[in-house]
Amino acid sequence: MNLTLRVWRQAGPAAAGAMREYRAEGISPDMSFLEMLDVVNEGLIAKGDEPIAFDHDCREGICGMCGMMINGAAHGPQRLTTACQLHMRSFSDGETITIEPWRATAFPVLKDLVVDRSAFDRIIQAGGFISAPTGSAVDGNAIPIPKLDADDAMDAAACIGCGACVAACPNASASLFTAAKISHLGSLPQGQPERSRRALAMVAQMDLESFGGCSLFGECMEACPKGISIDTINTMHRDFLFASATKRDVKEWSGGA
Amino acid sequence: MTLDAKIPSGPVAEKWEKHKFEMKLVNPANKRKYHVIVVGSGLAGASAAATMSELGYQVSCFCYQDSPRRAHSIAAQGGINAAKNYRNDGDSVWRLFYDTVKGGDFRAREANVYRLAQVSVDIIDQCVAQGVPFAREYGGLLANRSFGGAQVSRTFYARGQTGQQLLIGAYQALEKEIAAGGVKMYSRHEMVELVLVNGVARGVIVRDMVTGEIQSHAADAVVLATGGYGNVFYLSTNAKGCNVTATYRAHKKGAFFANPCYTQIHPTCIPVKGDYQSKLTLMSESLRNDGRVWVPKRKEDCAKAPGDIPEQDRDYYLERKYPSFGNLSPRDIASRAAKEACDDGRGVGPGGLGVYLDFADAIKRLGAKAIEERYGNLFEMYERITDENPYKVPMRIYPAVHYTMGGLWVDYNLQSTIPGLHVIGEANFSDHGANRLGASALMQGLADGYFILPYTIGNYLAQAKLEKVTTEHAEFVAAREAVAQRTTRLLNIKGTRTVDSFHRELGKIMWDKCGMARDRAGLEWAIKRIPELRAEFWENVNVPGSASELNQSLEKAGRVADFLEFGELMCRDALHREESCGGHFRTEYQEEGEAKRNDDAFAYVAAWEFAGEGKAPTLHKEALEFENVHLATRSYK
Amino acid sequence: MLSFWQSSVGKKAAMGLTGLIVVGFVLVHMAGNLQFFVGPSKFNEYSHLLRHTLIELTWIVRLVLLAAIAVHITAAWQLTQRAKAARPVGYERRDAQVSTYASRAMRWGGVYLLVFIVYHILHFTTGTLHPAYDEAQAYGNVVIGFSSLWVSLFYLGAMALLSLHLYHGTWACLRSLGLAKPSSNPLERRIALIVAIVVPAGFSLLPLSVLLGIVR
Ligand SMILES: Cc1cc2nc3c(=O)[nH]c(=O)nc-3n(C[C@H](O)[C@H](O)[C@H](O)COP(=O)(O)OP(=O)(O)OC[C@H]3O[C@@H](n4cnc5c(N)ncnc54)[C@H](O)[C@@H]3O)c2cc1C
Ligand code: HEM
Ligand code: FES
Repeated sequence: MNLTLRVWRQAGPAAAGAMREYRAEGISPDMSFLEMLDVVNEGLIAKGDEPIAFDHDCREGICGMCGMMINGAAHGPQRLTTACQLHMRSFSDGETITIEPWRATAFPVLKDLVVDRSAFDRIIQAGGFISAPTGSAVDGNAIPIPKLDADDAMDAAACIGCGACVAACPNASASLFTAAKISHLGSLPQGQPERSRRALAMVAQMDLESFGGCSLFGECMEACPKGISIDTINTMHRDFLFASATKRDVKEWSGGA
Repeated sequence: MTLDAKIPSGPVAEKWEKHKFEMKLVNPANKRKYHVIVVGSGLAGASAAATMSELGYQVSCFCYQDSPRRAHSIAAQGGINAAKNYRNDGDSVWRLFYDTVKGGDFRAREANVYRLAQVSVDIIDQCVAQGVPFAREYGGLLANRSFGGAQVSRTFYARGQTGQQLLIGAYQALEKEIAAGGVKMYSRHEMVELVLVNGVARGVIVRDMVTGEIQSHAADAVVLATGGYGNVFYLSTNAKGCNVTATYRAHKKGAFFANPCYTQIHPTCIPVKGDYQSKLTLMSESLRNDGRVWVPKRKEDCAKAPGDIPEQDRDYYLERKYPSFGNLSPRDIASRAAKEACDDGRGVGPGGLGVYLDFADAIKRLGAKAIEERYGNLFEMYERITDENPYKVPMRIYPAVHYTMGGLWVDYNLQSTIPGLHVIGEANFSDHGANRLGASALMQGLADGYFILPYTIGNYLAQAKLEKVTTEHAEFVAAREAVAQRTTRLLNIKGTRTVDSFHRELGKIMWDKCGMARDRAGLEWAIKRIPELRAEFWENVNVPGSASELNQSLEKAGRVADFLEFGELMCRDALHREESCGGHFRTEYQEEGEAKRNDDAFAYVAAWEFAGEGKAPTLHKEALEFENVHLATRSYK
Repeated sequence: MLSFWQSSVGKKAAMGLTGLIVVGFVLVHMAGNLQFFVGPSKFNEYSHLLRHTLIELTWIVRLVLLAAIAVHITAAWQLTQRAKAARPVGYERRDAQVSTYASRAMRWGGVYLLVFIVYHILHFTTGTLHPAYDEAQAYGNVVIGFSSLWVSLFYLGAMALLSLHLYHGTWACLRSLGLAKPSSNPLERRIALIVAIVVPAGFSLLPLSVLLGIVR
């Protein structure tokens, strides 16, 4: 296949960027999208050009490192698929493919298609955990957990933190990411003691990081390579409202990390 | 120098308890004064950093990805072992210990393995408390499956994403400690040098991968948790960034590298499709529970569609050769058998490098629905990559590099031959001997990080007489200087070949000569060829861009430069080990097609000491004693 | 309370609650309006009931609605600003995948509704913008009011946007308030669809019937 790529190139965090056009020739439909970029990059290096920088690591759809806007869709046209697992057979010969980095104030571009997603880590720092210092645990079977609750927790915990939800959201909201963690931990008995605190603190941090709010467009769920449901956002709102209504001092937790 | 593994005396079952009591403790008020560097945030690194911070130490943690949550531990699918015996099927600490020593083909240290089996039970408890959503039965209790040919059901799992869930658990604990101020996290920072002061590990040099800044970090102890080096083969199931740099740099500073030739080749991966291939994808081993492995009996049939090959013309070679284990034979055996079939010209798919994994019988027996329930997500993944529907046509699989049992040599306290340098997780030479059993790497990483290192490092710190060192110490200045020079050198070569092309070529050499089967002639050839390739690299590589920016070519170049040295060390180790054991199969040493171990001559850990640039490394041996599990030939027939 | 309001989730919940209040109101309002088709005396009686007999109740409802709309608009404005600030550099290409047109029309549709509400009050409640307003003749006011094609079209346009606003809003407000049940297809919204059809359709019957000369 021969393709035309339109790619966002930006030399550094402070540099101005622009879309540039490249030819991708002799592409096999069995290549993954990132392998196609590898081939283009080898060509660029041979020509003395700088290769296109993009984040990636596992290349099997689980680490959440890769991510780019491909033809106007986060991670490209295939549902439930990360960019690294997308294959060129999803495109047709002669097509022009537009490739852009995730766009959000909270995800500043570092170079080309590489963005800084550390805001996600800070949201987790604010409360996305269960405080269980090593050594303090009771036997794993001491507290039975109904299978359905464990399954719900797992559904939400499948999040890979890639940022596609933010990228696809017209508001650049991190609600799905934050809500997935709140739902995961809130579905388990171990997560109950910190449940209220978690919701308040994580939401506060999410706001502090300059993400937009949720308008329930539903785009995040469609973009999520792990199919995490916006039902988690319902849970986040419920936990937040419950916590706001019952906590005597909300302020204590609204500081964020 | 003699290698002292510092194994505590006494019966194997009591060593760890006794040792825990005998180890020196650091006064709680003093812990704050100690600063520990942890390189790596995978299962081993994240669990260690979080736990040490909980204890009160000041920790700095580094990883090359943009977040600690992305370490390659995330990719583990199958599960984690623990001797809980929740199934009441006869499991015990002793049995897990026994299985692991035997599975490792009697090349692991008994005392370590026993301890691993002991703490395995605590790991599950810890992870459950953190909110890891392990699979549950309807009664609410933890579910188990049997994995990797084990005779008992001791594997805990979270769908097909066990590694991810365990890592997220450790990551959350780590983030909690970052918020509490005990850990300072440096993401997108790559360790490029280890710094010793008076022979003791006191810090690291890292490159800020966004700005290119070369930074020094000083501490009272350094912990490497940087994972495995499978990417020396270029194609492997490892993440693209996995590297040997951290451990190899430490090796060059004096840490012995143990058993580098022990590589695990996983039998069920998706075969290579083309030259552009950048990595290989593992299909969980659990598929072998219901899939039957076969190739055509005759070469002429290989080009036919599998459906056109009648039953009597198929060779279910695992069932034929190993009737009692059949399709569930251990990884090394299943991998080698696939290679033999392909070498025999009976491989299927592009290049004849593939064998069928057929679910037709299982679908007939259990129904497509049941198969979908068990393996639905794996089948989808397979179809996404290959565009073939495994419900209709058999999967094609081929072995791929998956795990490296070798690593930096450590004693019972997980300390390397450099005082103050501790090594945990896949980065050390570990408890798996010459072959790792399924679901035991996750167990080892977390055992090291949560339950072993946090004790033993205290023992080290309590006794070490450490002078005060700052990053302006001459050793730091010199190390920074060396790193800067190396970087400049790489950027100034401006040759004609890309970094990847060198990496591919090295990978091919390693796979052909030091892969699933090795022989003297091939290894000797590789030991001659690799230095040539290395020389060409340093003359003809083209690394675009500059040092002071995000430069992925430069990152790769540094890693490949180290692989080009390390590959040679691997081949030397493989050459010297004149026996076949576990993942190391020397074609000269076999009996009726089966691996032939030589316990009289090789029941030792081979620990290599760096002897200087261009010099052959020096071999040191740690003799292995088997007092509890008696040396016996592994037989899976 | 302050930090609740400052939070994006708090604001969204406030929008949901106030939106829900107004949804309740439009439902009742629409049902009341249908008395128009019973005849002039019934409709005028109804108007008299609200404006005289139950005037205290009417004022309470008015104040609640006014407050609700004020909160609703303030939150809408602030959330919109937040969303704009969250992505100052847009994409060259971003294709909507599953978001409904209704969800994307909430903002400008809301502005239209605001203009409409102001006009509507000046039109039928105070009569300021009515050509021949008679407080006692509610029925007549409606017939005269809608006999202008432009006025009717403006009303019908507002109802179209109200339909969109309700289609997204009635579904979304329950989720903003954390009241939705888990669903295998969370984007499905049957009740919202019914509300979005019935309410604007009921309202629209008045101008339509006047325009088409069915009522005079
Ligand atoms: C596809 C796959 C499936 C597997 N499935 C299973 C399974 O089912 N069960 C099982 O028990 N085991 C499994 N394994 C093995 C197991 O996952 C790994 O051995 C284990 O997770 C390694 O953990 P670790 O913490 O040692 O290293 P990793 O998780 O690899 O972490 C390495 C860390 O070091 C950092 N790092 C590396 N180099 C540098 C550097 N130079 N500078 C700074 N930081 C650096 C990285 O950023 C990362 O944070 C699987 C492995 C693979 C590849
Ligand atoms: C007065 C002018 C109005 C404006 C400016 C306005 C604006 C908006 C906007 C912008 C939103 C989407 C907010 C977001 O999530 O980004 C919204 C939601 C909503 N609106 Fe309005 N609106 C108005 C009138 C109304 C009316 C008349 C009703 C009732 C019939 C209504 C009911 C709702 C409901 C129920 C929601 C959903 C709230 C949620 O998602 O929780 N609004 N409005
Ligand atoms: S590279 Fe890991 S998810 Fe794509």
